[in-house]
Amino acid sequence: MANFSIIVVKRLFNAAALILAVVILNFLLIHIAPGDIVDTIAGEMGGISPELITQIRAEYGLDKPLYEQLALYVWKILQGDLGHSFFYDVPVVELIWDALPQTLLLVITALSLALVIGTILGVIAARRPNGAFSHFITVLALVGFSAPVFWTGIMFLIAFASFIPLFPPAGMADPGLEPGSLDYYLDVLHHMVLPVVTLALIYLAFYSRLSRASMLDVLGSDYIRTARAKGLSDRVVVYKHALRNALIPIVTIAGLQFAQILSGAVLVEAVFTWPGLGTLALEAILRRDGPTILGILFFSAMVVVIFNLLTDLTYNLIDPRIRIGSKE
Amino acid sequence: MAEPLLEIKDLRVEFDTRDGVATVIDGLDISLYPGEILGIVGESGCGKSMTALSIMRLVPVPPGRIAKGTIRLDGEDLLQVSEKRMRGVRGNAISMIFQEPMTSLNPVFSVGDQIAETILLHEGGSKRAAWQRAVEMLDAVGIPVPEVRAREYPHQMSGGMRQRVMIAMALACQPRVLIADEPTTALDVTVQAQIFDLLKDLQKKTGAVIVLITHDMGAIAEMAQRVVVMYAGRKVEDGPVDEILTNPKHPYTTGLIGCVPHLSADPSEERVPLTDIPGVVPPMTRLGQGCPFAPRCSEAMDKCRLEMPTQSVVGEDHRVSCWLIENDGP
Amino acid sequence: MGRNDMSEQANSQIQAASPSFETEVDILTIEHPLREAARMFARNKAAVGGLILLVGILILTLVVPFFYTVDPFDLVWAPLSPPGTENAPFGTDYLGRDILAGIVHGGSATLAVGASAALLAVVIGLSVGSLAGYYGGWVDEVLMRITEFFQVLPTLLFAMVIVALFRPSVATVAFAIGVVSWTAVARLARSEFLRIRSLDYIKAARSISSSNRRIIWLVILPNAMPPLVVQATLAVGGAILFEAGLSFLGLSDPNVMSWGFMIGSSRDYLMDAWWTVTIPGIFIFLTVLSVSLIGDGLNDATNPKLRER
Repeated sequence: MANFSIIVVKRLFNAAALILAVVILNFLLIHIAPGDIVDTIAGEMGGISPELITQIRAEYGLDKPLYEQLALYVWKILQGDLGHSFFYDVPVVELIWDALPQTLLLVITALSLALVIGTILGVIAARRPNGAFSHFITVLALVGFSAPVFWTGIMFLIAFASFIPLFPPAGMADPGLEPGSLDYYLDVLHHMVLPVVTLALIYLAFYSRLSRASMLDVLGSDYIRTARAKGLSDRVVVYKHALRNALIPIVTIAGLQFAQILSGAVLVEAVFTWPGLGTLALEAILRRDGPTILGILFFSAMVVVIFNLLTDLTYNLIDPRIRIGSKE
Repeated sequence: MAEPLLEIKDLRVEFDTRDGVATVIDGLDISLYPGEILGIVGESGCGKSMTALSIMRLVPVPPGRIAKGTIRLDGEDLLQVSEKRMRGVRGNAISMIFQEPMTSLNPVFSVGDQIAETILLHEGGSKRAAWQRAVEMLDAVGIPVPEVRAREYPHQMSGGMRQRVMIAMALACQPRVLIADEPTTALDVTVQAQIFDLLKDLQKKTGAVIVLITHDMGAIAEMAQRVVVMYAGRKVEDGPVDEILTNPKHPYTTGLIGCVPHLSADPSEERVPLTDIPGVVPPMTRLGQGCPFAPRCSEAMDKCRLEMPTQSVVGEDHRVSCWLIENDGP
Repeated sequence: MGRNDMSEQANSQIQAASPSFETEVDILTIEHPLREAARMFARNKAAVGGLILLVGILILTLVVPFFYTVDPFDLVWAPLSPPGTENAPFGTDYLGRDILAGIVHGGSATLAVGASAALLAVVIGLSVGSLAGYYGGWVDEVLMRITEFFQVLPTLLFAMVIVALFRPSVATVAFAIGVVSWTAVARLARSEFLRIRSLDYIKAARSISSSNRRIIWLVILPNAMPPLVVQATLAVGGAILFEAGLSFLGLSDPNVMSWGFMIGSSRDYLMDAWWTVTIPGIFIFLTVLSVSLIGDGLNDATNPKLRER
């Protein structure tokens, strides 16, 4: 078990290094970008005097050498200060804290659905690799990969919010409902259906294909033949001996994909006007609100790092080869 | 001779391929008698492993299928019984160990769990009792500190250790037949000898019949009492090991024996040069109507290329399928 | 007997049908791998269908514009006219622009961004992955840390930031997509190089002291090519989707017509005029589908295992 603690510590250290790297990237982006905060402020105010420019520069620490600015920036972030939004005129952290739960709700629901259903579909397909269902999964995966996610969302919107108005077209809940009441939660659930289905669908396609391939690979392995030679029934062979091994690559790739799923969420939020990080990011970019957009980039990278850490540890728990390590 | 314990009669196994049906085993007869070790020998692709999988009824269907024949264990035709009954036979009355000990154990379960699983499946009882038996089995196959080792995972063990675990698992339910498919091919030479000794030892203790499948005539000489020589899915010669080694009738058998180096105690003695058999086993879709070995046989005659040889008895319990023998007359 | 027929037989040994059954391969009848791959590809109906689809799309976007010369930015008819309208067979958008003209003239921008972004991703990914895989040690460590860093950044957000910082143009969009999507290529190239590097013939090349550059370019790369080509094909599809996504969010060059731009600019009218977003979406879908079919076909044709049939 000592081995496992070392892995955990290593991973934590790695995660911290990655987050620091994101911070530095953010800082560099601010400085590479043509025009800086002063220009933006000047633009907002419609032209200002040189004295005022110097004053703002000093206020934001822009007159100091670059490394000092970086140190200051890192220090601020460590204190939880991601800067001030020009457009909303509130601290960026507040904006993000307001938007993050909605995005996580969307992403985690969609991802869990996609993972669970996708794995099951893939396993069923792998048991008859030449059957009709298996071909269906292959086609589904191809379509899921090829359709732009926002377009799928729009198609759902047109079909199930416009032609057949089963679901609300936008937003997260009726503003008239009191947050926390049962009606409110039911309404959120009602609003969630289309965006979750849209987001889940592409990854459902992806995971069913992945799990089919992984399962086929495992079912062809020697230890599955051993399990059959023991006299175990097909069900035990597939769901006990094969599935656990087939899950290893699925979990690994799910971890690596999390960043992309967040990206998909940005688009889905834009389609369904879902009040999350994606909508906030889009708004911030259109308003050229630098601190907000960089704050979101930093925050979402951090979410990805944390999620990767969790999948990494899960994966270590499933696979004894890593949990215990080899004696040789 | 006594009644056979397991009797394969006229077995035929086919595979669908892109180029039509390949007959990978054809007209195979093999009998197993209580208390013996039977060797099955031949090059890669001659149908040895497929014979083993047929006995276990584990031929992959599709693309494969057992097209014809009977496999009787104590009179019960295993090819006719239900899948459920067959599951009760596998790992219980007949069990099997495979060529690749490195990959034949499930990497995510401890070896103790994997052995106990077989015991629970076929004999029931408490988990604890099954685990206890698993530890005893590990001890019986010569694994030191079995209580500790049982909790380990396959990746923590060497190839020889893993093959011992496989043997322990195969013998856990006192099988009547143990099929060992190239059990030592993937192992170091010193470990090979240990595994062979272990198998012989366990065979004496448990009385299980062992079917040893190998490409190595040397292993046959050391282990088996009787041997079946297979080529391209057919039995070409069978008989007692001593008889076959000293008096092989089929050119293919002679070739296989010629591939094994002879050790001699006296270094000054002139060594017999090693020989090889030219060519390779033909693909099963390309077999003609004649003797499948004819294209590689130095003594092939016109008849060999046109007609499949019939079986002739050439000695006590010694049979061969070759036109050379037919010509000489019995 | 023709060369092809003979190799057919060599290839069709039972090995393919059953993994546990071994037969030897007749060395004399093995055909050139490229030829074999081409034959396998031609046999795959889905892949050939994808190829035909792609050729059709290329003709539509590269040749048809010379014949259908309506300017996609011109206001040709009443706004939001449904398909089937005279002068605008696919209908018009909220400003009265001809959707068909947008499809015909907007495709080349979409394809150009997709292709150049994929090229950039492959160049970066291949350089990083091959160096890491070939040299190993600290080079590998450093390069893989960098790759990991790029994997952590939510790609779309990062690309949004790049495009927003440098003003949207075809070049910045392609650059942004390339910069965020090379990591998969890098990982694949690394693992291929690691695998091939340890093979005996590389040891042989080293033992006669071939230079590293020679080994990388002339020995390893050709052998690592098949999976990399497949990955590059998939990267083109991914980049086209990416471009569409950015355009949909309004982050594309407003002066260049593209399919994603058409969807993005009509976003607010989708409830009233389904065709304004549906039609360009279908063309994006078909393009990516054709590329994915080709990628799948190449994968099957170059992958000897053929397990996934």
